[in-house]
Amino acid sequence: MGFFLRRLAFYFIALLFAATLNFIIPRAMPGDPITMMFANATSQVTPERIAAMKELLGFVDGPLIVQFGMYMKSVLTWDLGISVQFYPLTVNTVLGNAVGWSLFLAGTAVVISFTIGSVLGIFAAWKRGSKFDTIMSPGMLVIQAVPQVVTAMLLLFVFAITLKWFPTSYAYTPGVTPDWTSWTFLKDVAYHAVLPLFGATIVQIGGFLIAMRNNMINLLGEDYITMAKGKGLSENRVVFNYAARNAMLPSVTALSMSLGMAIGGQMIIEIIFNYPGLGTVLLNAINARDYQVLQGQLLVMTLFMLFFNLLADMLYVLLDPRLRKGA
Amino acid sequence: MKGILNILKNNNKALFGSIILFSFIFMAVFAPLLTDHVPNKRTGKPHEYPGPIVKLAQASPDGWVATNLAYDKRTLLMSKKAEHVMGTSRMGRSIWSQLAHGARVSLAVGFGAGIVVCFLATVIGISAGYFGGRVDDILSAAMNVMLVIPQYPLLFVLAAFIGEAGPLTIALIIGFTSWAWGARVIRAQTMSLSEKEFVKAAEVLGESRLRIIFVEILPNLISIVGASFIGSVMYAIMMEATISFLGLGDPGTISWGIMLYNVQTSSSMIIGAWWELLAPCGALITLSIGLAMLNFAVDEIANPQLRSNPGMKRFEKMQKADKKARAAHVKAEVPHFPGEQDLASGAK
Repeated sequence: MGFFLRRLAFYFIALLFAATLNFIIPRAMPGDPITMMFANATSQVTPERIAAMKELLGFVDGPLIVQFGMYMKSVLTWDLGISVQFYPLTVNTVLGNAVGWSLFLAGTAVVISFTIGSVLGIFAAWKRGSKFDTIMSPGMLVIQAVPQVVTAMLLLFVFAITLKWFPTSYAYTPGVTPDWTSWTFLKDVAYHAVLPLFGATIVQIGGFLIAMRNNMINLLGEDYITMAKGKGLSENRVVFNYAARNAMLPSVTALSMSLGMAIGGQMIIEIIFNYPGLGTVLLNAINARDYQVLQGQLLVMTLFMLFFNLLADMLYVLLDPRLRKGA
Repeated sequence: MKGILNILKNNNKALFGSIILFSFIFMAVFAPLLTDHVPNKRTGKPHEYPGPIVKLAQASPDGWVATNLAYDKRTLLMSKKAEHVMGTSRMGRSIWSQLAHGARVSLAVGFGAGIVVCFLATVIGISAGYFGGRVDDILSAAMNVMLVIPQYPLLFVLAAFIGEAGPLTIALIIGFTSWAWGARVIRAQTMSLSEKEFVKAAEVLGESRLRIIFVEILPNLISIVGASFIGSVMYAIMMEATISFLGLGDPGTISWGIMLYNVQTSSSMIIGAWWELLAPCGALITLSIGLAMLNFAVDEIANPQLRSNPGMKRFEKMQKADKKARAAHVKAEVPHFPGEQDLASGAK
């Protein structure tokens, strides 16, 4: 139990730190957000209007400590303010609409790339030094090294614009009312998700592959593997039931953590394919100088990271009995 | 120097990677000499086809090039201008010139940020690992917090608030937000090194802590620091392209990311001006492959366990030779009677 409490305390501190960072960033920059917001306004803006706007958006005047206190209170009560861009909507609503799509994209991409990467990694380790290993393992890492902007733009250009196999943007055909029970709508969503999913999946395979391969290589030297081989068990049984099962352990916890990372990492893909996830919301907020949404966004992303890290910790304890005893 | 040449000769990946990297450095350094047009002024018509394509198409009007590579076959066949090697952008700027000059910014941001990351990671990692105690607690907490704050949004939000960030600013914010991974690895390695006998011996001899860090520990970390440096350069080049692509960079600079940003905003993709998209994409892909190869090479040199075929073959050959030599040796030195051997080992 002690292990958990320590982790929880750490995550709480990390959250407070992220919130503080969120508080400091806009205030450390030249000019205050409200003035910058009105910098492009064509009509005359009176100080009263600015003051009214500040109050409306939840900016408090006064010493920094008071501002900080108010800000922390709003974070802890989960009242992130009102979006400037979509005026009457709160930040919560704006982000809430996008979170689902982001989670769907990230979750599916991570699960697919984990499955493909792990299977490829098992084979690469078992046939270490073979042609498959020497081409596949570095090849996947090289693909991972290519910037996502480039992969996504090339995918868009080749498969959506030139060949017209897939749609160029949005999560479903614009104008259709989302109806999650109808089969045609689901097919439409899947059709729109193909290219973003492919882009988000291909860059993650390499990491899972290498993790699995290196774990397997370390394990294959263990005595119990030699023993299993010596008993005359079939190759499949040795690979999957003896080696892969144990090598999977660190990968499973990495799976949960990479889910948190993927939500941040795939933002660029969402932007290029105009997918209505958190990435697109972020870009729109940046362009519209919607600081409330920007801050809320960073906070939500941090929360996801923390949540999936916590999940990884829990999985680790669940899967590795040694940790349970130690605590 | 000889050592480096030797490594390049024996390691194909290192050779391949450094050839790519050095050709890009060459391109960046001699950009003004390699290009005929200025990168940031209009020097041609909008969306001029690349010169070689025009020549090929006009040589055979019904050939593959003319039918497949033009968004409008007639304009391709009618275009008189073919002086831009890689064509021009929507703004009529020479793509090749932008690419060559853009290499300067991309490489500078990459290496600048790489140096910052590496420096911070090494200083923080070694301090946490060697001093331990309170210092370690604080630095480790900082590392862990940095690791759980999502990198991409943090970078984007920072760049957005700074507004039209120039290359130097981008390099600095990348540097200051991504040192945590390297620091963690270096900390772990330092901790295991400071338990080693040679460090203990230096401590007992009364060496100063600074000397122990710089003379005893740091040289043993070089391979890890090197790998983390290449990794950070890769990451920084990628992030620069991403930040500029999103329009958060200074649109006045010429970099590969800004080129991509121009492709996106001038809808060149929809028109079908593939050369404007492929130039920065190709450069980024090639450079990433080169750096990835260098990274593998450093990994293999630092961690022989991960080596695949060639190293193992060499090892097997060595083992065979060794076995043969030993067999010959054993045959020659068979003791005359058992007692002699016991005496010899007893005397030792």
